[in-house]
Amino acid sequence: MSSRTTVVAGSGTRSGAGFAVKLVLMALVDALGVFGVLAAWRAESWGILAAMVALLVAANWVYFSRRTLPLKYVLPGLAFLLVYQVYVIGYTGYVAFTNYGDGHNSTKSQAIEALLVQNERRVEGSPAEPLTVLESGDELGFAVTDEDGRVEVGSATQPLEPAPDAVVGDDGRATQVPGWSVLDRAQVLERQQEVTTLRVPVSDDAEAGSVRTQDARTGYVFRSVLTYDEAADTMTDTSTGTVYSPNDDGQFEAADGSTLPVGWRVTVGFENFATAFGDPRYAEPFVQILLWTFAFAILSVVTTFVLGMFLAMVFNDPRLRGRRIYRTLSILPYAMPGFLAALLWSGMLNKSFGVINQVLLGGADVPWLTDPWLAKLSVLGVNLWLGFPYMFLICTGALQSLPGDVYEAAKIDGAGRWRTWRSITMPLLLVATAPLLISSFAFNFNNFTLIKMLTNGGPRFDDASVPLGHTDILISMVYNVSGLDGTAPRDYGLASALSIVIFVVVGVISALAFRQTRKLEELS
Amino acid sequence: MRRSILLVSALATTLVLTACGAGDTGDASTDDPSAAAGNGSGELTVWVDETRQAAVEQAAKAYEDESGVDVELVLKNFDDIRTDFLAQVPTGEGPDITVGAHDWLGELSTNGVVAPIELGDKAAAFEEVSVQAFTQDGQVYGLPYAIENIALIRNTELAPEAPATYDDMVAAGEKADTKFPFLVQTGTEGDPYTYYPFQTSFGAPVFAQNADGSYKPELTLGGDAGEAFATWLAEEGEAGNLSTDVTYDIAVEAFAKGNSPFIIGGPWMLEQFADLDLAIDPIPAAGDQPAQPFVGVQGFYVNAQSKNALLANDFLVNYLATPEAQTALFEAGGRPPALLESADAASSDPVIAGFREVGAEAVPMPSIPEMGSVWAFWGVTEANIITGKSDPVKAWDKMVSDITGALG
Repeated sequence: MSSRTTVVAGSGTRSGAGFAVKLVLMALVDALGVFGVLAAWRAESWGILAAMVALLVAANWVYFSRRTLPLKYVLPGLAFLLVYQVYVIGYTGYVAFTNYGDGHNSTKSQAIEALLVQNERRVEGSPAEPLTVLESGDELGFAVTDEDGRVEVGSATQPLEPAPDAVVGDDGRATQVPGWSVLDRAQVLERQQEVTTLRVPVSDDAEAGSVRTQDARTGYVFRSVLTYDEAADTMTDTSTGTVYSPNDDGQFEAADGSTLPVGWRVTVGFENFATAFGDPRYAEPFVQILLWTFAFAILSVVTTFVLGMFLAMVFNDPRLRGRRIYRTLSILPYAMPGFLAALLWSGMLNKSFGVINQVLLGGADVPWLTDPWLAKLSVLGVNLWLGFPYMFLICTGALQSLPGDVYEAAKIDGAGRWRTWRSITMPLLLVATAPLLISSFAFNFNNFTLIKMLTNGGPRFDDASVPLGHTDILISMVYNVSGLDGTAPRDYGLASALSIVIFVVVGVISALAFRQTRKLEELS
Repeated sequence: MRRSILLVSALATTLVLTACGAGDTGDASTDDPSAAAGNGSGELTVWVDETRQAAVEQAAKAYEDESGVDVELVLKNFDDIRTDFLAQVPTGEGPDITVGAHDWLGELSTNGVVAPIELGDKAAAFEEVSVQAFTQDGQVYGLPYAIENIALIRNTELAPEAPATYDDMVAAGEKADTKFPFLVQTGTEGDPYTYYPFQTSFGAPVFAQNADGSYKPELTLGGDAGEAFATWLAEEGEAGNLSTDVTYDIAVEAFAKGNSPFIIGGPWMLEQFADLDLAIDPIPAAGDQPAQPFVGVQGFYVNAQSKNALLANDFLVNYLATPEAQTALFEAGGRPPALLESADAASSDPVIAGFREVGAEAVPMPSIPEMGSVWAFWGVTEANIITGKSDPVKAWDKMVSDITGALG
């Protein structure tokens, strides 16, 4: 404690104000952190709590220790990297090895709870009886009034028995019961979970069912069709006597192979990866979609780059007047949200009512989005419109930073315009833009928004037995295969497994390409 | 010394933040701060979308006044509710109650995120089809509040009389000499929901029904009846009466401009037709059986993991199942109420009465999870038949086998 004080004093006037600012900022960060920890504590999210505490401790150590200068700069970025990248990738990896999806949405205990709740049925023809919640000592009980106004009282351990001395109010509910105190609304709400889980047996015979209430106003007689045996970990159907025991897929299964509907999440090893490549219905469309994905990503990068570079060079020429206006206009498509633009284009390309056919082509009937080849062309065209401003921007920037002396040297050496462009402008431009082209390839490889909004993958393959189409790319296929679009049961495990496969593909290609660009750098 | 300053300021800020966190829900229950601070006994969270917010707010206000419970309404995009509910209930972060459509039921119950509701004798006060839609395996899982279905909307200026059959409709439409004889939204991926009444008129419902109206996963849209429907689609597409270029927007705009005397659609379109004289008729049959559209029922689900199950059920069964609440929901959202008393009151409007009459003859949209696999193939096949791209019988048979394959 005292040593820190000396440090501050020793570092002189420079850090006096700075330390105060740091103190306030750290106090704010700590306050937020402690608030987060408290919130996590209340929500019983222990993982988040541990992560918050670790980050908080790390932040305080880094900013109050003298030996951690580099970390002081890196820590915020590092923290966000951990939370938004590493955690997400790690979680996706984990889900890929589970069967998380429809029917396996939750934990086993929640699945058991849900099955029991779903299979507790009201005894047919049993009346709705006005009900009062009672208390005696710590024990809760119910008083129900039958059709003739007679009151019966019981608790979890004590089956219903008549209470002739009870006083019944105007609404048919008991207001006074000897030996019990009647709970008012506020007291009931305070103990609502106990009240909703309380079952008062109708008689000693378990088959007769028990009284329960969902609103603490009316009671019904219920009987459980399923019972859970905790010791044996089995479910028993009391109407048929069938015993269900848990299987490896996270479901209760009977001897004859039938299963109960609600299951839970379990790890399934490499099963998702096997399914991803094992379904024969997907084999043929997969090859077509893979080819188109590469074609789409590569052509998108090439076309946008060529157009962007061409415009950048034209607008870079000092002889051109009003360059600023042209430049501003060319950037406009970049300012529009991509999904909106794609939706607009899909309207404009409508065969009978779209602007393109109606106005520009004078009432032509060109099936822009419904013919396989034209749809591919439309996708590339729209992506060109969306993507060239970006390339235009980076090329303009790179061109303006090219050194003038090289050009002078070229001129002296007698190089022509074409030669200058090919041997000087292009290589120097590529040094600056190649990494961005690679990232643009990775982006377009997974350009889900465009495909989903413009064609939704259509037109469909005629010969395939799965709902996929000629403009589907890998990521939109994943969306479809794993049922995230609602056309099949959702399977997050499969979706995660497939996205990991795509991640590997994109990662390998990018790594190879980056290695190639190093050669370019040697050039300069 | 410095550290204690740090500690004190951190603590103070935390307290302020905590107070804020609890404060935005705690205005009504100042008498009992511990209840608002999060032991969960006095708060009810309800997910609503913007069309229902105002009406649920009224019912919530009434409930707050009577019970002293805070009802917090969280505004969500209707399309996001289903996925978010499925994802958040298992983590314990879900709402106590959410608004939803009945056809989510299959998915919600297989994932164990909804709890049954005991309507008791109140069940009889609802339109039968609405409770039926929320019933699965004998248990009711939702409190219905509105019923939606499509019908034939007629511009009385252009067509003074209701057509009895499909051919009558086309003839009347041609007589009116408008751009389209009648309008039905289609789109390049088809619209099997809007086309369903035509399909049922050929006797090809999508799944077989149990005696209690619920569906079983047994495909019935194939066979001779289905093929007859497919052939009819091809003929009408050839004749130009059906076209995949007519999307929802195009259809609604054309009808609003008086370009057709008929449109097949639901009450959600009516806002755009405000200045037209309308009549609501049953959808004319193209085949020899009655044309039954799908009915969609909107309602409220209770979270299976809710820590406030008692409050949630009390609020739904004793406050939202009242004529006042259901009428308020109707006035806010314009969807015909599910509660008979409110529906009778709303039926003083002939348009609402017209939709209700058609809805009484309709079938609930299947809520079994298998339905998802049907949608994926159904519409596109219809669209391809209409454009003449595929041979009707072959395409329909392939669709049936593809669906069977997808169902596994």
